[in-house]
Amino acid sequence: MHLPEGLIAIVKQDCPTCVLVDPVLRHIEASGLPLTVYVQDEPDFPSTRQVVDDRSLEASYRLHIETVPTLIKVRDGQEQARVVGWERDEWRALTGLAALGGELPAYRPGCGSLAVQPGIAERLALKYGDFSIHSREVEVPTLSDSTEYCFERGWSDGLPVVPPTAERIYRMLQATTRAPGEVLGAMPPLLTACTVEKVAINAVMAGCKPEYLQAVLAAVEAALDPAFCLHGLLATTWFSGPMIVVNGPARKALGMNWAGNVLGQGNRANATIGRALQLTVRNVGGGKPQETDMSTFGHPGKLGFCFAEDEDTPWTTLAEDRGVSRERSAVTVFSADGPLGCADQKSRTPEALIYSLAGSLRGLNHVDMVNGADAVVVIGPEHGRVFDLAGWSKDDVTRALHAATHIKGVDLGMGTAPGAVAGSDAGLRAKFRPGGLTLVRAGGQAGMFSAIIPGWLVKGELGTDPVTREIRA
Amino acid sequence: MTETLYDPTGEFAPLRRAPLAKPASLAGLTIGLLDISKSRGDVFLDHLDQLLRDEGLTVKRYKKPTFTRPAPVDLLQDIASHCDVVVEGLAD
Repeated sequence: MHLPEGLIAIVKQDCPTCVLVDPVLRHIEASGLPLTVYVQDEPDFPSTRQVVDDRSLEASYRLHIETVPTLIKVRDGQEQARVVGWERDEWRALTGLAALGGELPAYRPGCGSLAVQPGIAERLALKYGDFSIHSREVEVPTLSDSTEYCFERGWSDGLPVVPPTAERIYRMLQATTRAPGEVLGAMPPLLTACTVEKVAINAVMAGCKPEYLQAVLAAVEAALDPAFCLHGLLATTWFSGPMIVVNGPARKALGMNWAGNVLGQGNRANATIGRALQLTVRNVGGGKPQETDMSTFGHPGKLGFCFAEDEDTPWTTLAEDRGVSRERSAVTVFSADGPLGCADQKSRTPEALIYSLAGSLRGLNHVDMVNGADAVVVIGPEHGRVFDLAGWSKDDVTRALHAATHIKGVDLGMGTAPGAVAGSDAGLRAKFRPGGLTLVRAGGQAGMFSAIIPGWLVKGELGTDPVTREIRA
Repeated sequence: MTETLYDPTGEFAPLRRAPLAKPASLAGLTIGLLDISKSRGDVFLDHLDQLLRDEGLTVKRYKKPTFTRPAPVDLLQDIASHCDVVVEGLAD
């Protein structure tokens, strides 16, 4: 921006301090110093001669004006110094006019610049800044409803999406230090480059606040880790979709839910972070139901499945177990079906509760299936209390559940009858592979229940493993 | 005034949607004939109706109340529920 030589003042009429300094500006002008006054609201307001109408706020934006009045000294087209608000001694020092503003109080704070008002700042950044969006522009036809148009384009998971406008995408991208063009990976099934910008657009559509973006980016990165096997997970005929568990300070910072109705509706962060991952898979990767997503049934959590862990327990947290300390935030992605309830309002000893949980776990996928899917067991507070009072750690409970979920070979009869499976014997088969049971703490205070969340049938090297990623700026 | 949105997809597909693939044969399909209520459109559709029936095909007839407005939702749902293909005149 070309700066006029001498002094520049930026003012607005709707600012008592600017009104106060108007005679001071006249004084500066009368003293023979070159002065240009930029006015943000009412061009007739300044009583000085050299006035620039800055209702477009372009000059205010380019000069980074946060407060009015601001007085700037320019020499050889370069800013030398500036003062903000009315501070008599500083104005005198900047102008070299020793008697300036003698009739005014020594100090008055300024007012907020119109250029930094919420909603305006984004527009100015888009209009005059060096920010640009690389994704293809799509014009909504005249008189069409933009939300309806998003449905027509096939961008929705079946629920309304927030139309991804430039302002919204800009605001979303302000929440990360990562470059919009950074590629997080190749998104299956089309293996399209999944950039930070594409994730931001889908996060806008999912209804995320900008501050959720870092968690969404971490979840997308985790889901794109080859160990998670997103391609197979989205294409499988089985029920599963991705599920995100959030740990660390981000849970509170984002206002997430780990208490009552934790796996249900009603919390914006839980609902939209999970949805943003699924919309990214759908839109960037092209993973759509009845196309590449061949799930026979799916489940309601495929709209988005995300919750936080209750970390106020004696147990280590999920992220700690996976190498991220409590002071840091992380997401862990699992393959997940819908949750199944395990009710036991009678057990008061860990052993009795293990019997109940193990019984429910043995029937997963099929009562006769061993070495099937992994499972996440969300231990509710009232079940957790039974283990905590007895001093059982998470490892103690996990080991006991593995031990109690073995099934005798002769009891397996899928496809025939119990005992009739060729080669079956009385030997015990493990229902779950080592490491196949993950315990998480969450849920409302009332109810002696836990939730069992089975995963995709194909796990481990041939299929999916949970993946953890730290949430970073 | 139009609103500009930004494409959330991998941008593999063109912005203009391709028409649905045409069936290789009409055998076994139900054909809807939609009269948009333009003058003498019915004469043309009556003739087409007869030709299709002569081929042993199943034909269902529909009519918009007026050509001046989009078809009512009930009519669109009726056609979508009962027809595999539809013939619709667009103008005179």
